[in-house]
This record gives sequence, C-alpha cells and structure tokens, in this order.
Amino acid sequence: MSRQYIIRRLLITIPSLLGISIVLFAILALAPGDPFEELATNPAVPPEVRAALRAKFGLDDPVWTRYLHWLGAMIQGDWGFSFASRMDVDTLILQRLPTTLIVIGSSQVIAILVALPVGVLAATRPYSLFDQIANTLAFVGFSLPTFFTGLLFILVFSIQLDWLPFVYRADIAGSGWPWLWAHIKQSIMPVMVLGLFQGASLVRFVRSSVLDVIKLDYVTTARSKGIGERKVITKHVVRNALIPVVTLVALQMPIVFGGAIVTEQIFRVPGIGSLLISAMLANDTPVVMAVTFVIACLVVIFNLIADILYGWLDPRISFR
Amino acid sequence: MNEHELRGLIGKVKAGKLSRRSFVQRMAAVGLTAPLATQLLAHGGVAMAQAPATYKPTKRGGGGILKVLWWQGPTLLNPHFAVGTKDQDGSRLFYEPLAGWDPDGNLKPKLAAAIPGREDGTLAADGKSVTWKLKQGVTWHDGKPFTADDVVFNWEYAKDPATAAVTSGSYADVMVEKIDPYTVVVKFAKPTPFWADAFVGTRGMIIPKHLFADFIGAKSRDAPTNLKPVGTGPYMFKDFKPGDLVAGVINPNYHQPNKPYFDSIEMKGGGDAVSAARAVLQTGEFDFAWNMQVEDEILQRLEKGGKGRVVISPGGNIEHIQLNTTDPWTEVDGERSSLKTKHPTLSDPAVRQALSMLVDKKSIEQHIYGRTGPATANFVNNPKRFVSTTTTYEFNVDKAADILEKAGWKKGSDGIREKDGKKLKFVYQTSINQPRQKTQAIVKQAAQKAGIDMELKSVTASVFFSSDVANPDTYTKFYCDLQMYTTTMSQPDPEVFMMQFVSSEAATKANKWQGRNITRWQSKEYDDNYAASQSEVDPVKRAAMLIKANDMVINNQVVIPVVSRPGVAALGTKLNAVVSGWDNNTWDLSDWYKDA
Repeated sequence: MSRQYIIRRLLITIPSLLGISIVLFAILALAPGDPFEELATNPAVPPEVRAALRAKFGLDDPVWTRYLHWLGAMIQGDWGFSFASRMDVDTLILQRLPTTLIVIGSSQVIAILVALPVGVLAATRPYSLFDQIANTLAFVGFSLPTFFTGLLFILVFSIQLDWLPFVYRADIAGSGWPWLWAHIKQSIMPVMVLGLFQGASLVRFVRSSVLDVIKLDYVTTARSKGIGERKVITKHVVRNALIPVVTLVALQMPIVFGGAIVTEQIFRVPGIGSLLISAMLANDTPVVMAVTFVIACLVVIFNLIADILYGWLDPRISFR
Repeated sequence: MNEHELRGLIGKVKAGKLSRRSFVQRMAAVGLTAPLATQLLAHGGVAMAQAPATYKPTKRGGGGILKVLWWQGPTLLNPHFAVGTKDQDGSRLFYEPLAGWDPDGNLKPKLAAAIPGREDGTLAADGKSVTWKLKQGVTWHDGKPFTADDVVFNWEYAKDPATAAVTSGSYADVMVEKIDPYTVVVKFAKPTPFWADAFVGTRGMIIPKHLFADFIGAKSRDAPTNLKPVGTGPYMFKDFKPGDLVAGVINPNYHQPNKPYFDSIEMKGGGDAVSAARAVLQTGEFDFAWNMQVEDEILQRLEKGGKGRVVISPGGNIEHIQLNTTDPWTEVDGERSSLKTKHPTLSDPAVRQALSMLVDKKSIEQHIYGRTGPATANFVNNPKRFVSTTTTYEFNVDKAADILEKAGWKKGSDGIREKDGKKLKFVYQTSINQPRQKTQAIVKQAAQKAGIDMELKSVTASVFFSSDVANPDTYTKFYCDLQMYTTTMSQPDPEVFMMQFVSSEAATKANKWQGRNITRWQSKEYDDNYAASQSEVDPVKRAAMLIKANDMVINNQVVIPVVSRPGVAALGTKLNAVVSGWDNNTWDLSDWYKDA
C-alpha cells in the first residue's frame, strides 16, 4: 500500500462528493413543499410575512444560485441556517450527535459481541442443534423490521410488564448510580431492537465467512500438526475469516452516525435520524441537506478506510 | 339573528335572565366565537366573568417535575417567529402575554393588572383605543423590571416588516403609546370592537426589550435570546434542543403567589400521537400530551386504564367541504378554476343544496371522529333553528334527489343525473389522512344513491397544503369540483376568518394563488356586508353583520361544514390543568398542579 494510493483515492472522493451534493440538492429543490407552508394555511398571517421570510432565506433565488451559495458556505465550514429553528445547522447536529453515538454505537457493539461468538460457534459445528437454533433466530431477527420489534418490545416491557420507559429522555436530571441506571433503563429497548437486527445479519455473515475458511487446506494442515482445536479456530481460522467482517463493520460505521430513523422515532430518541425525519417533514432543506451530505461523506470516507484496512489486514491484497 | 335580537339577548344577560354561558353558546351557533361573544357582553357593560380560583397548593414549588409530551416538539422559542402552535406552546413556558383566553372566551389577566372595561373607562366608548394597566413588581428572569417600555417595544419589533414576525398581522395596524411606566394605550385607526388582539393570547407574548432591542428588523435572527428565552413566566429556561426538548426550572420570583407548583418542567418532542396518548393514558410516564390526533375509539380504550383522561376544548377549527364556483376543467389564460369561468353544474343552486343534504355529518361524527369531531354547530343549515341551542342539520337522500329531480336533473341510463348534456360527475379531493378518506367514502355513497357520481382523489398532505405554484394539486389552486380540509381559526375573532369569502381575495394566478378565497365565490352582497362590518363602530351591529355573513355562506352552500375540530389533550389523572381552545395549551401553565 502506498501513500500515493491514499492520496489518489482522496482526490477521487472530491468529484464524487460534488456529484452527490448536486444530486441531493436537485432532488430537494424539485421536491414539493414549502418550509413556511404552515403560515400559508393560517389566515391570521399576512402573505407579505411569508414573502419576506422566503426572500430573507433566499428561497426565491434560482436553484443553481442557491446551490452555489450553499457550496461556497460549506467549503468555508458554514453548514447553513435552519429555517425551522432559526439556528446554525451544525449546532443542531452536534446537539444530536452524542445520543446517536451512544445509542446506535452501543447497539453496534452489542451486535458484534453477540454475532462473533455465535457465528464462529455455529460455523465450527455446522448443522448441529446450536447452529440450527442460531440460524433460525438470525433469520427471524433480520426478517422482522425494527418498527415491529420496537412496538412489540414496548407492548411487552412497557405496557404489560411496566418495567421499562418507552420515551427516551436525553436530559435526565441527577448524578451517580441512579442517573446511570435511569439512562441504561431507557436505552435497553432501543439498543436491543437495533442490536438484534444488526446482530442477526452479522451472525449469518460471520458464519459463512468462517465456514469458507474452515474448509481450506491450511486449516487441515494445522489440525494434522496436532494444534489444539481451540487454537486452530482462534489463531488460524477466525483471524482470516474476520477480514471481510472487519470491512463489513467499517462500512456500517456511517449508520452509527446517521442514526436509525425508524427506531429513533418509535422510542423518541433525539438522534440524527429523528432530526432528519423532522427536518424533512418541516421542509427544512438546510438541515436535510447537511445531514444527508454528512452521511454521504462518511460513507465515502469509511469505504476508503475499509479498503485500506483490508489491505493492511491481508497483505495478499495489493493496491495500485 | 339581527341586531335587535342581539341587543335583546345582551339585555337579558345584563338583567340576569340569561346566563353568560348560554349567551356564548347561542353566539357560537350562529358563527361567532366565544371570545367575540364575551367582548360583546363587555361592550354592553357586562364585565367579563372571572373563573373562580381553583388553585389549591399553598406554597410555591414542591411538586417535582412536570413531564409533558408534544409529539411535534417546538423548534424555536421566539413567540414572534412561532410558525405553529407547538412553537407558541413552547414559548409560553417562559413568556406571557398581558392576558389569555380561558375556555369560555373570557380574558384572564397575566401581565395586566386588570382586564380593560367600559366601567373604568379603559375601554374607549368610540372603540378606537384600549388602555392596559400593567401589573407592577413583575421582573424578568434576569431580575430586570417589566415595564411599559417592554410592551411598546414588542409592538415596534413585530410591526417592522424586516423582522418578518409571524405576529405582524396583530401589530401592523395599531399604534401603541406609553402613558406611564405601568400604562400603555393601544390605538386603532378605526373603531375596533375586537380590541383584545395585540398583546393577548397566542400572538401576544411579550419579549424583553433589554435583550432584543439590538436585534430588531433584519438582525432579528442573530439574537442569542431567540434560543435562550428570558421571560416573565412561571418557569425559567434551562435547556432547549429543537424538536426534542424544552426544559425549564421554577421561577422563584414569579409574580403570582404560591405559583407555580412544579419544581421543573420538561417538554419532550418527537414520536407519534398514538404512543404519546399511551404514555399519558396507559403507562402514566407523562403527565400531559398535546394534540391527540388519534381515533376516539383508541382514546376510549386507552382511557380505560384509569391513568389519565382526555380533555376536549372547543375552538374555531372546522373540517369543511368547499364547492368550486369556477370551472376547474377549462383553462383560461393559463389557469384552471379561473374567475372568468363558471362551474357548469355546481353553479346551479339546486345541485349545491342537494350536495349539502348528502353529507351525513352524524355518521361521520359517530363512526369516524367521535368526541374529537362533533358534527359542527358553527355553521347551521337552517336559520329557523338559530334560537335553538341544539343545532341540527339535515341528511336526506330522498329530499336531495327530489330537489335535483325538480330542477330538471334526470337520471340517465347509467344512473347518473344529467341536464342539457351535462352530467353530475364530480372530482372530490382532500389530503391523505385516514379519517378524511373515510369521510369521502361516506359522502360518495350517499351521492351515488341520489344519482351523483363522485370520483375520489387524495393528495399527499405535503403537496396539498404547499404553496408550490408549479403544482396543480395544491388546495389553493382547487383544480377540482369539491375539496375538503380543516381551516384553522387562529384568532378568536371571526373577522379575519370570514375574509376567505370576500370576492377580491379570490386565489388566482395573478396573486400566485395566495388569495384567501379558495372557493372563488363572488357575491357583491357579501362583500358590502363584510366591508361594512369592518368599519362598524357599534360592536353589536358588527356582530349582527358577521352573523349575516355566516348565513350567506351557508345558505348559498359556498362550503358545507362537516365537523368542528376541537383541541384534544390527554391529562394524567392527578393533573389539574385548564385547557382552552382559544389560546395555547400552556396558556395557564402557572396554575397547573397535581392532587397530592
């Protein structure tokens, strides 16, 4: 892997990000809706107010002028100004980021923690009872959409059993253990819903990856050399089998930042996903633009990171 | 009901022969709002009733945290920029107006020392000015005193076109003067019977001069206080995350003794209406939830849990069907539904009359909206029944068919009535929303029986209600025969509301479809009556004119009212809160408390 390769890849990202931003902007500009439509249906608000607001926020300019404006500001680090909240978009996003990272991040961690051992164990004993059960659960897990499991969890754990709250409050007052416990309690359901969903597909992936490697000749060689089974699996099989898994996890990282729209909405988790959906409903284009663009950037960057990681983990891969 | 009858009724209230409440109810039946009715009484010399104080706690604080749920959280906290009620509700935790509207349409003083009245001369006899005495000893959350300068400043701030304040409609045409540090006078260019608009209710919240003075006009968006409100209200600002959370802590120097009861407040946003109802009515996680747009059937089921109750507060919003008076199917000068055309079939009064009899409001109320949409009493079909407090409306397929038959609309071989080669076929549109689609189906069924064919069309709400000039499916373009939606009455006075039937307000291509008259109904008689009501000195005469305006709209079937849409809130069992349909949900937050 060479430094040149990384520089070249970084340079390639610039036109692709520009392209993405043009497409995003065009779609948002073409979409119907008006950020001040609520004012239009309110007879007590004079139409001039709406006209003045539109002019103030530059909504009457042609699309390409608006795009160039946006691009110019973005390059200087100005992410735009929200129509709905009358504040800077970056503040809005930064407010939401910690919750997203904690909730979605821990669900990813749980997904990995569950998927790795289960997937490896299932693969080492293919078609055993354990494998069958793990497979079935994994199928159920990723066939059920999160809005369904989310509602099911609420129905069982909040309404029937009354164990867990189903409204997430980022601002719980207090400190020490009770505070921590309250946070954990309210995070359990959203984290589990997301974790199970992610984990389920990851289990299948790990299992097939390990199965691919376990049949290779060098594993047989290692076994015939008399190395213990445990050592064969951890040192020889898993190390190689996990290379594609690492890529997969790296490619999923943008999701951690992007939030999970449906789950966040159900549990009222104030993350990036719920910011995005409410901005869309309010036709708050600067926020939608910023969030989608940030996610696009993260996807591009993590793709690059995944590629580099892949080459670093597997020296057989060469970059040119 | 004419002026004479109105005076008679007011006289009866004055003499104590008629209760205020039944007067207000009768006015509501003829299209006047409760606040306007009470203002009529005030002008007639009957002082506004003060609701008996029911606040029980005997000391400030100690109530713990008050958790309220707005499934669309406030996105900004400057009341002059508040786009929707959610923003006004959120701002109201910290800011207060001079007075607020209670559920019966009476004013309750907040920052005012008393409600202006004729007896003490604070309400000018000519209706051209009103004097507000301010409460003394009120301080802003940062300790600065609240004075008349603040009130005058709010007027300057909101009326400045460069500020682009949403509230400008209430301030642009008035003059505000400071008399002394605790007295201001609001002057009107012409006699204004509805004087309680500026500084009152949803659009009257007062922001501090000392923090906003440098941010008036074009700089208004840069004010740091836009996001960190400093008001006079019962709670002080703690935290704000747009769309997610508004948090406040008790104001230890609040200007009313022993209030507020709660130590802190948390207004949580996001999610959907059904789960918000659940969190209050079923699990009790929250104490209050706003705008329960949930089918009544579900609400009733949730209420059975015994953890909360649903409170309905009547207001002025009304779900109605508009009949197009222009021809939506012929293009003239690049626009359909042009004023130069006439609707081929709906222009026949018999057809309109028949249609109004084909809307089964009772079934719509019973099977769709329940308590959240009573068949409307605001607009009544028959003037004879005005005197009655139980308003009725007629649903009669046979009668409708009979009217059409007599007018010469005969059934063709396909069962659809026609006359002179024109068939009674209509396109009936509304936004996508389950109750609306159900209502459409009920109307279509009845129409079919009477020999009218209805094609149903539903448009995504974000398109239907947008002001996109390029889109043919917006409600303002009205490119179809009938359409249905809820028109909101955000002011307690019907004058602005009734403007939507004035000829010159017609939505056309020339005004980019921003005109308020969507049905494009043109009536010289209505216009003259409306213009006269705007400059009428005598409030009673004006009220009679507004009633007449309402009658004209109904008798000509310009629109067919379906159900009124009251405010619906969910309250925890222990919470005591008065919710008003004429003001914000949080209008009386200082008086909320929980039973021990």
